Amino acid sequence: MNKMIVSKIRPVLKSHTGQWKLSFHLLWRNSLTRASLVTVIILVLLAVFAPLLATFPDHAGTATNPSAGLLAPSGTYLFGTDEQGRDIFSRVLFGTRISLGAAVISVGLALLIGIPLGAYAGAVGGWRDEVIMRVTDIFLSFPPLLLSIAIAALIGPSLQNAMLAIALSWWPWYTRLIRSQAISVKERQFVRAAQAAGAKPGWVIMRHIVPNCIAPVIVQASMDIGGVILTIASLSFLGLGAQAPSPEWGLMINTSRNYLLSAWWYSIFPGVAIFIAVLAFNLLGDGIREILDPKTRKL
Amino acid sequence: MGRFLLKRLFFGAIVLFGVITITFLLTRVIPSDPAARWVGPRATRQQIAQARIELGLDRPVYVQYTRYVSDLLRGDLGRSLRSRQPITDELVGFLPATLELVLLSTFFAVFAGIPLGVLSAKSKDKPVDHICRFFSVGAVSLPTFWVGMFLQLLFYGGLGWLPLGSRVSFETAIFYNIPNITGFIVFDSLITGNFYIAADALKHIILPGITLALYPIGLVARMTRSALLEILGEDYIASARSYAVPEAKVLWLYALKNSLGPTSTVLTLSVGYTLVNTFLVEAIFNWPGIGMYISSAVVTMDYPAIMGVTIFSTCAYVVLNLIADIIVALDPRVRV
Repeated sequence: MNKMIVSKIRPVLKSHTGQWKLSFHLLWRNSLTRASLVTVIILVLLAVFAPLLATFPDHAGTATNPSAGLLAPSGTYLFGTDEQGRDIFSRVLFGTRISLGAAVISVGLALLIGIPLGAYAGAVGGWRDEVIMRVTDIFLSFPPLLLSIAIAALIGPSLQNAMLAIALSWWPWYTRLIRSQAISVKERQFVRAAQAAGAKPGWVIMRHIVPNCIAPVIVQASMDIGGVILTIASLSFLGLGAQAPSPEWGLMINTSRNYLLSAWWYSIFPGVAIFIAVLAFNLLGDGIREILDPKTRKL
Repeated sequence: MGRFLLKRLFFGAIVLFGVITITFLLTRVIPSDPAARWVGPRATRQQIAQARIELGLDRPVYVQYTRYVSDLLRGDLGRSLRSRQPITDELVGFLPATLELVLLSTFFAVFAGIPLGVLSAKSKDKPVDHICRFFSVGAVSLPTFWVGMFLQLLFYGGLGWLPLGSRVSFETAIFYNIPNITGFIVFDSLITGNFYIAADALKHIILPGITLALYPIGLVARMTRSALLEILGEDYIASARSYAVPEAKVLWLYALKNSLGPTSTVLTLSVGYTLVNTFLVEAIFNWPGIGMYISSAVVTMDYPAIMGVTIFSTCAYVVLNLIADIIVALDPRVRV
């Protein structure tokens, strides 16, 4: 009996791992996607090991070094120094931590709101579904970024609030996506079986429906990281995100505006950092989308 | 078509109503007291209580809500905390500068984005295509505000070709009488024959215009490319080619014409993005539009002004969405 089940399961498992291998192979084959994947991995490593790699780790915090203000890039200060004499290279490195971390947390929060709502709407249907989806539509009819700006301005400027504001304006995308999945999954036999066995609706949703429609949502979420990094930088630039002395990239660019013409390095390096990070995540997202879409997938 | 329009308009009205409700709910969850903000930091308790009554904050929430909605329907967005002026009047004053920028960047998006997309589709998977694709992904990955500063550094600081910011130079503003008909300085000075002012204003609008245009250019190029690639695989293109119709005519006329549907949808939606992106660009170029208005409102925590701009821009965005839907429905191949 046991053996029979195992022999039935094994091919399923095998084809599953095989699929992952194939997907990875397809990702790796496209040179642009490969480069972006490597860049993303490097960025994560930089974020994790920032304290070890930074030449002046204490410059990411409140430490100042007034005697070395606004120095051009040199051997000691790779990216130059800012108006308080802090090493911009070290600050940009620590900024990787903030941007990547904040983006992941924002998307995670949005998923926490979006997944239960969408799964519930799709699973129960009827007027509850209708109400949830109409609210979703309304949230989606705000221009992107604007709702985040308004919420962040209302609840007060800080990095935590900026992340919350982004999550509150981003969740409808995930709700929509998971609902469309849940509608088809809820008709499947294992869901019917669980219901027939007397499982409570909440249990069925969390144990049977969500795990079976989460994959596309996770893929979408990983593709959104680039856009969220850009949004966090934009909010900080407007003064609605991270506050001084945080080495957040958007905030650094905002401060650098006063020294634009006298110290080009001050604004250039944090901007390049944002660009590289967002571009890498966007290209990776494009690559993933291409191999998942059977129309554009070339074997 | 008529029924579709009615249905779509009705749905648009419902969405607007929902947007207004959400902004109302948002302003109710602010931790700080609007009445205390209205009278300022040195007000006595009595003055705050007085302001509370004046602003109607002592009334039940549903009364406040109906008043809020009826004010909005009359076009009243409330008063700014900073200037005590009606926000609607202030917005109307700042609007032309922003619209001038948005129009220019949309112009760039059409006349740079579409050719870029066509070029990319024409030489699919060749180096030109890779460059175009890289550019279009790059354009949507760049922080807009930083691009503006980079261009300033390059064209003002480095080359000295273009001015740093503002709509006209200081001398022009002092010595010339700038005509004001539509509020678009370039247009107004051209039709009144003030070519010196027009040239000066044009010089000032180029950098912010390009900065804002990058994002829609990337978006339009990407959309044109994918729509065109799909159409180039159609039978009628093959038959046109077999009749030895010149390739340029096939590409730019037969194929492009049929790919404009999705492109125009993206274009209308990107106008909405551009409107919000002006918030980031105007501050850098010292451009007196609603973007600068909202960023100074953010600095002074002028909640009513922030919510006013939010409602105004969202209404504009909803209307643009509606237009995009109607354009799609105009295509006879789409049954609605």
